[in-house]
Amino acid sequence: MTLWLQPADVVQLFDAFWRGSVGTASAFFSGTLVRAIPLALIGVGISIAFRAGVFNIGGEGQLLLGAVAATIVGLHLDTSAIIMIPAALVAAAVGGAAWAGVAAFLRARFGVLEVISTIMLNFIAANLVSYLVRGPLQEPTRVYPQTEIIATAARLPRLWPTTRLHAGIVLALVVALAAWWLLARTAPGFRLRAAGASATAATVAGRIDVARVSFGALVMSGALAGLAGGIEVSGVTYALYENLSPGYGFSAIAVAILARLHPARVLLAALLFAVLETGALGMQRDAGVPSVVALALEAGIILVVVAFQRQRA
Amino acid sequence: MSLAADAGAPVGALELTGISKQFGAVRALDDVSFTARSGSVHALLGENGAGKTTLMRIAYGLLRPDGGSLRLFGEKVDDHSVRRAVHAGMGMVHQHLSLVPSLTAVENFVLGRRGIFRPRDVSRELIALSERAGLRVDPGTTVRELSIVEQQRLEILKAPAGGARILILDEPTSGLAPAEIEELLRWIRGFASGGGTVVLVTHRLREALEVADDITVLRRGRVAHVAHGVSDAAGTRPSTEELARTIFPETLEAAPPTPMTPSAGETVVELAGVTLTDARGVIRVRSATLSARRGEIVGVAAVEGSGHRELLRAMAGLLQPSDGRVTLPQRIALVPADRLRDALIGEFTLVENVALRGAGTRRGLMPWESLAQTTDALIERYDIVAPSAAVPARALSGGNQQRLVIARELSGELDLVVADDPTRGLDFRASAFVHGRLRDVAARGAAVVVHMSDLDELLSLATRMIVAFHGAVREVPPVRDAVGRAMLGGE
Repeated sequence: MTLWLQPADVVQLFDAFWRGSVGTASAFFSGTLVRAIPLALIGVGISIAFRAGVFNIGGEGQLLLGAVAATIVGLHLDTSAIIMIPAALVAAAVGGAAWAGVAAFLRARFGVLEVISTIMLNFIAANLVSYLVRGPLQEPTRVYPQTEIIATAARLPRLWPTTRLHAGIVLALVVALAAWWLLARTAPGFRLRAAGASATAATVAGRIDVARVSFGALVMSGALAGLAGGIEVSGVTYALYENLSPGYGFSAIAVAILARLHPARVLLAALLFAVLETGALGMQRDAGVPSVVALALEAGIILVVVAFQRQRA
Repeated sequence: MSLAADAGAPVGALELTGISKQFGAVRALDDVSFTARSGSVHALLGENGAGKTTLMRIAYGLLRPDGGSLRLFGEKVDDHSVRRAVHAGMGMVHQHLSLVPSLTAVENFVLGRRGIFRPRDVSRELIALSERAGLRVDPGTTVRELSIVEQQRLEILKAPAGGARILILDEPTSGLAPAEIEELLRWIRGFASGGGTVVLVTHRLREALEVADDITVLRRGRVAHVAHGVSDAAGTRPSTEELARTIFPETLEAAPPTPMTPSAGETVVELAGVTLTDARGVIRVRSATLSARRGEIVGVAAVEGSGHRELLRAMAGLLQPSDGRVTLPQRIALVPADRLRDALIGEFTLVENVALRGAGTRRGLMPWESLAQTTDALIERYDIVAPSAAVPARALSGGNQQRLVIARELSGELDLVVADDPTRGLDFRASAFVHGRLRDVAARGAAVVVHMSDLDELLSLATRMIVAFHGAVREVPPVRDAVGRAMLGGE
């Protein structure tokens, strides 16, 4: 831990951070960009929910359910890639939407705060995955707590053969721009923003069914987190296992807030977070910084960025 | 009236000299001098944004002036603060009462004090104080269950612990029934004759003339008119018209009186045996039966908490009856009481706020370009002062926000207009504008149902009167005395 005191070590630290995140083509394309994809997708979903005044903290659980759904399709469906990939991703979105739908139902029917229910659903989802990869979905040899590798036809194509960057990045870009358009240009998007900005004015002046809008926003937000989970399975891991996500669902909340809930800005914020995370991993790997220190450093940087942004706002 | 300390010669209890205050580019107060004498009532008048509230906030130590000086009982105060003001026996009762609804009267009474106190002791203190002041309040009742009048009494008692010598009352009569207003004004007079000083901030000229010894009129941050000894028999009493002219030097066009027997058309809204329940399950309106026809302006008079809010919400289609039948027309406009909560979204632009109307049923894309044109046209036609249609609604003054709401709600073909206190917090000119628009839509064939907290204003506008009291609704002849009695449950 004496590394803080030595200038040479500081240089080494930065060097490790640089090389781990953006300094080399492989780090940037195979590491950072790949990591930015789920952050962007979930971040867009969370922005939509927050804009509607619904505090979806359950991105992590919804991502896991999406991953489960995509894995099941990837293991059991056996046709061409043209059908397999869309089927896996649609299943993932439906899985995430259904998981968020539980919270949306509890909110609409019993008035359960979604902040509570989505957190609880995160725990249930994590335990569900643990059970599945040791039980019904475990690989045939029954040695490892994971599923079998999904069919090749269910895997997302790589954009660049020499890197791990996959077609999911195109989806993330399309989703972010579509969400932007939805919020800015369409009537449902306007209802969503109005309901979130003032539920009373939306109800009284706009005759907007706020409960329905909130329900839709939470479900849509879950669908995007689920899609992110499906893309992780079909583009990166090719199998389901525990700790499939290094907390994407939580980091994405910070991403959305940093982007001030603006879908297009989420893309930039997601990239920044991915840089911080891969850089921190690089420091752990090359400079021998313990991972806790790297993560604390990352969190510290986020705090500084957010505080600075708040001050200007 | 031993609440007021004994005062000797009628010296200036509160003396403000050459006060100036700048907010950004706006000169809120410019060299304003104001003296409230001991043992007198001083009315402070002026239109919205004239600087009345700013001046009183400075007097109470809530705001620091840019220039000028302040004296309390002849003594110059250099670093004024709320603490100094309270120490000198000054109390300020705001227009929006600042009590905690879920706490009892006595809990609210001690709120903000330091240290430890025994409930029994403070209860006794409150009772003793309320007896001395002649303001009855039950210490154990939660504020939510107190009437507006009782809440106001509590605020006055709470103001400076140990007894007030100077009271600043900001629009204290809004939401009260005539008899309650008279009682309050009587109390104010009594307080002053006992040596106390009252500054009455109001836009009701009648009240000012009825109770005030001195009158100061502010206009655009400057003193426009001062009248001393108004209550003396010397004959210096100005008329309501004279006062109105000093407040608005621009000629006030007299509003055309509403025809008393309009050519009322078909019935567009009908309530039959309607019972309404609020969110907490409390019955607010019990088996109400009433109707309104095209061309009518139906006034709904009531003191706060009588169930009239719920009645209007039901007529706007926002509250489903728990019993009975409500028949509503297709095209309903609503002007709610709380602009920034129910009608506008502060951070949305004017265009987006205009787009709010009908947003619930709109399909497809938002036609932003035509909405922007509509908004520009409304700004033009309704004289809304706004830098552009792209600024947030919050940037507009209260009067202009209300104009925007009126513009949005009252344009186009309408069957029914429901307006809940549409002139709340507006000055004469803005109010006159609202009256004109409501008369217009009635003349164009809509039924108008309107509640106003100022009974005289309501009577000048309405063609029929309905009074709500404790959830019971009945029609009353549109005569001040009859309506005033019915508002308090009398026959």
